[in-house]
Amino acid sequence: MQGHSTYQPKSGLAKWFESRLPIVGLVHSSAVAYPVPRNLNYFWTFGGILVFMLVAQILTGVVLAMHYTPEATKAFASVEKIMRDVNYGWLLRYLHANGASMFFIAVYIHIFRGMYYGSYKAPREILWILGVLIFLLMMATAFMGYVLPWGQMSFWGATVITNLFSAIPGVGQAVVTWLWGGFSVDNPTLNRFFALHYLLPFMIAGVVVLHIWALHHVGQNNPTGVEVKDFRKDTLPFTPYATIKDGFALVCFIAFFAWFVFYIPNYLGHADNYIEANPLVTPAHIVPEWYFLPFYAILRAIPSKLGGVLFMFGAIAVLFVLPWLDTSKVRSAKYRPMFKIFFWIFVADAVILGWLGSKPAEEPYITYARIATAWYFIHFLIVIPVLGRIEKTKPLPASIAESVLGPSGGHSFPAGAAASPETKG
Amino acid sequence: MIGPMTLRFEGKTMSLRSLRAVAAAAVIGLGALAGAGGALAAGGEGAQEGGAHHTPQPPMQKWTFWGPFGKFDPAQLQRGFKIYKEVCSSCHSLSLVSFRNLMEPGGLGFNEGQARAIANEYEVQDGPNDQGEMFTRKARLSDAFPKAFPNEQAARAANGGAYPPDFSLLAKARTYERGFPWFLWDIFAQYQEQGPDYIHALLVGYEEPPAGATPAAANLHYNKYFPNHWIAMAKPIQDGQVEYTDGTPTTVDQYGKDVAAFMMWAAEPHLAARKATGFVVLIWLLVFGSLVYLVKKRIWAGAKPKPIA
Repeated sequence: MQGHSTYQPKSGLAKWFESRLPIVGLVHSSAVAYPVPRNLNYFWTFGGILVFMLVAQILTGVVLAMHYTPEATKAFASVEKIMRDVNYGWLLRYLHANGASMFFIAVYIHIFRGMYYGSYKAPREILWILGVLIFLLMMATAFMGYVLPWGQMSFWGATVITNLFSAIPGVGQAVVTWLWGGFSVDNPTLNRFFALHYLLPFMIAGVVVLHIWALHHVGQNNPTGVEVKDFRKDTLPFTPYATIKDGFALVCFIAFFAWFVFYIPNYLGHADNYIEANPLVTPAHIVPEWYFLPFYAILRAIPSKLGGVLFMFGAIAVLFVLPWLDTSKVRSAKYRPMFKIFFWIFVADAVILGWLGSKPAEEPYITYARIATAWYFIHFLIVIPVLGRIEKTKPLPASIAESVLGPSGGHSFPAGAAASPETKG
Repeated sequence: MIGPMTLRFEGKTMSLRSLRAVAAAAVIGLGALAGAGGALAAGGEGAQEGGAHHTPQPPMQKWTFWGPFGKFDPAQLQRGFKIYKEVCSSCHSLSLVSFRNLMEPGGLGFNEGQARAIANEYEVQDGPNDQGEMFTRKARLSDAFPKAFPNEQAARAANGGAYPPDFSLLAKARTYERGFPWFLWDIFAQYQEQGPDYIHALLVGYEEPPAGATPAAANLHYNKYFPNHWIAMAKPIQDGQVEYTDGTPTTVDQYGKDVAAFMMWAAEPHLAARKATGFVVLIWLLVFGSLVYLVKKRIWAGAKPKPIA
């Protein structure tokens, strides 16, 4: 990519430092000079929002960990201690609990945006795969975090999900015992989940660095899916253009987040989790958090336990190979009239799966879930490969600049708009 | 709280045509599933008739702690506390609440002297002392409410096998299903009072069982709003049972509201502070967001091309 190494240290100290560790130049090239396509819409602001959410979760989480006791007989009471007696403990906990949901709302928008605009296609396959890896790590982190308050849904959710591994032929039960650290979900399980819940976010942060590195190496996709051809015409420097746009979107997102935290903090949770874990009483409906519901529906749609587990993990595994399933030469759904329709059917399918995941495992929901699960895989394994071959796509614009401004006769960009934007406005 | 934002989609405002395509796709997807499932459901529905009696939704009450400016009414909390003390506490514990909580702002509004006087009415076990003996003493502000029973087994033994749940979190631990589309509406309406609504409904929901309905076990009581209707707790409170000094009607309906409000406070003592903070945060975000938007517009104006002079 262009835009590297435009940083010129001015003072003597800055020059001395930069020649030894060029970190200021690195930050400058990736967050200031980095050229972004000028036609990015607000769906491209969710990457920044996700970075914010990761940092927010780590900060609130570290403080919560200072007050939390990861011991089976004390965990529930320690969370209530945070809610009642720690200064602003209620705020920290509600920020963290709702923050997990906000993180997933943002990541789902981010993933669907990538699907709609074909952001996973060459040369962005590794970028996409790293993203799916982050998504997987997020799911593991969120699952283990939900166990920590040691409420009824924590305990029974942990029991159901860890039991999935018993479906592995031969060694299943041994694996489950090893995961539990005993013969049921108990204190050793809580201890290790706490340790892993603290560890995994830093692994996420590591993969995020790779994700951003890959992004900055290949450059951003954009709503047209047409690659940048002329940096001067097609791109704008990250700062101030993307910075201020991302900033505005972030403020809007925080307002949405705040609505939940301050006014309906328990809306996204389960009432049962305000009852302390009790191995002798099973809740009427064991339901995971909303962001797992589509996958939970897939799990329960398959009549065999092993099959359900394979399909559930397959639903995520298929995302890893999406770049090679899609045979279309055109990236953006904007120029793919048939794919656009199937994309929205897929979105509807995912939402329906989520709804079915919240319903009890009985008819007619099981049948619905089987149809919706079948469609999930048909979409990836049949629709996407076939569409790429048979679809008649619309003509692409010659360039990003043309898509924004129309075929520009007699128009030119102000010289240096990209080079010195700070002098404008 | 979106502010003056126009969401740009594909670089321009979403056109009517693309909207129509989206709607059509969604309808096709939903229709296919609903159609297939509906046909199957029609066959199975008849068999489910005649099962458990339908549980009605608890009627929604007016709560002072609802909404963006919600806070507890100290007089109502004091009445609810009186009911708890005189009626409920013989079986139900309040183990996460301490006497000092009674004087905290946003709650019952007792002063320190009143809270101390209340604590003084209770005996708690302490120890061991220098002789290694456990002893009882008068409760202090820092003590939690003593438990109604020493352990779960004792509670069950005294209550015909049933375990009266602790009151500390019950208002957040009870709910009922709202269903589509109401669960979406609740986000905007800030409806978080399912617990208190259910508790109030439960207290007014004792009635004669319908003809033919029989309990699964002896010593169960029919309640309109209890899931499956048969509850171990007998009707706990009657009209006029607890005396009010402020002229509030002494009906079961009013008792239900007052004790549910008290339980909501016990479950969420910082509710008023949370909502008041939230309002300031959102106003701040609205103002700050508007300013950021104006800056954004101004900066992006510089990105527009100019005609060659």
